[in-house]
Amino acid sequence: MKRVPLAAALAAFFILLVWSVSVRQAVLFLVGIGYGAVLAGARFGFTTGWRNLVEQRDPRGVYGQLLLLALAAILAMPLLGHFTELHAALGPPSVSLLVGAFVFGLTMQIADGCGSGTLYKAGLGVPLNMAILPLFAIGSFLGSVQMHDWLSLGQLEPVGLVQAWGLGPALAATLVSLAVIAVVVRVWVGSGKALFEETLGLGRDRAGRAGDDQPRDRRPAVGRGVRLRAVGRQGRAGARHLRSRAEPVLGRCGQRTAPGPVRAAGRDVDHEHRPARGALWVATRKPPSGKPLTPLQWTIGLAAGFVMGYSSRLGFGCNVGAMFSGISTGSVHGWIWLVMAFLGTLIGLRVRRRFAF
Amino acid sequence: MKDHTGFLRWAFWLVLVLFLGWDFLRSPAIDLRQEPPLVAAGSGQVVEGGHCSSVK
Repeated sequence: MKRVPLAAALAAFFILLVWSVSVRQAVLFLVGIGYGAVLAGARFGFTTGWRNLVEQRDPRGVYGQLLLLALAAILAMPLLGHFTELHAALGPPSVSLLVGAFVFGLTMQIADGCGSGTLYKAGLGVPLNMAILPLFAIGSFLGSVQMHDWLSLGQLEPVGLVQAWGLGPALAATLVSLAVIAVVVRVWVGSGKALFEETLGLGRDRAGRAGDDQPRDRRPAVGRGVRLRAVGRQGRAGARHLRSRAEPVLGRCGQRTAPGPVRAAGRDVDHEHRPARGALWVATRKPPSGKPLTPLQWTIGLAAGFVMGYSSRLGFGCNVGAMFSGISTGSVHGWIWLVMAFLGTLIGLRVRRRFAF
Repeated sequence: MKDHTGFLRWAFWLVLVLFLGWDFLRSPAIDLRQEPPLVAAGSGQVVEGGHCSSVK
């Protein structure tokens, strides 16, 4: 889709929301667009960050996530402490949470995307994720239907650190906990590993520079906003990494020419955002060794997407809803979710390898 | 392998639009006179609405 018709459609829907729903929902619509564009353009996600940490001992993605959590907590907790209108993202510690988070962490590795990852990949036109998204929604709906049955297995009252300890101790405990994780990760990966990008992406376009087969772009990145990619998992491999990541879902799906959605999505989300365009341009090219997903892989991937949706409800959120929102607002359930989902990821990675995803 | 990308793309957006339309029609009517504040903080109105962490 061309940019102008797309922009017109988005503007029309924005006006429709203002007219028929509320200004707040309309603004949230814009927030969602920006969120998707940033995630897609930066390829910032949780699934691959964890996978890279486990399989390659590459800590950059996880360090980006830790930094993101710390910044969000620094912003969110004072708001919670000062404005009684706001609530933390509190979920109950429960059997449902333990099971849901574990299964979610497992299935997100098979589906190659968490909740937000599935969303933006579907928006990019990745076939597997486009097919997973409705199944994810159906699974989540079914999970909500059976939620109370799961909760009857055992639950505690939600615990919010800001409410329980006050702003200062809650924020301090959160930051210290994140720092402890950072130290553990640092020790586990060993020395000589880059923890962050060399730059924060504020001076130049590193995706354009790092790409081995895309035009260079050294224009200043001023005005492009916070570059999550810069602290994310992309690293110096740049476009090579993007291509290798896209291989399982793009190359194997036979998008050799890929004239449609991926490239079109690149234009859609790329408002002079060269990293996104460059990354998508690379992603649309079929790697030499690319193979289509087999029917078995499709079946497993779709089943994983459905179960992931179901477990997201049991776990009171995905990486964003439970872990990111929970931890940054001081909810204990976010920390429990993190531990259980990471354990599930360890299993999910083995399943992923078993079926050659 | 035949490329079904174009079909999938249109099917995806068609289903999504249909779902949004169905949801809009099935949901209770919106009271435009009780619009929530644009920014909840400091508004005096307690935040409402669904969140993943909510039990509801």
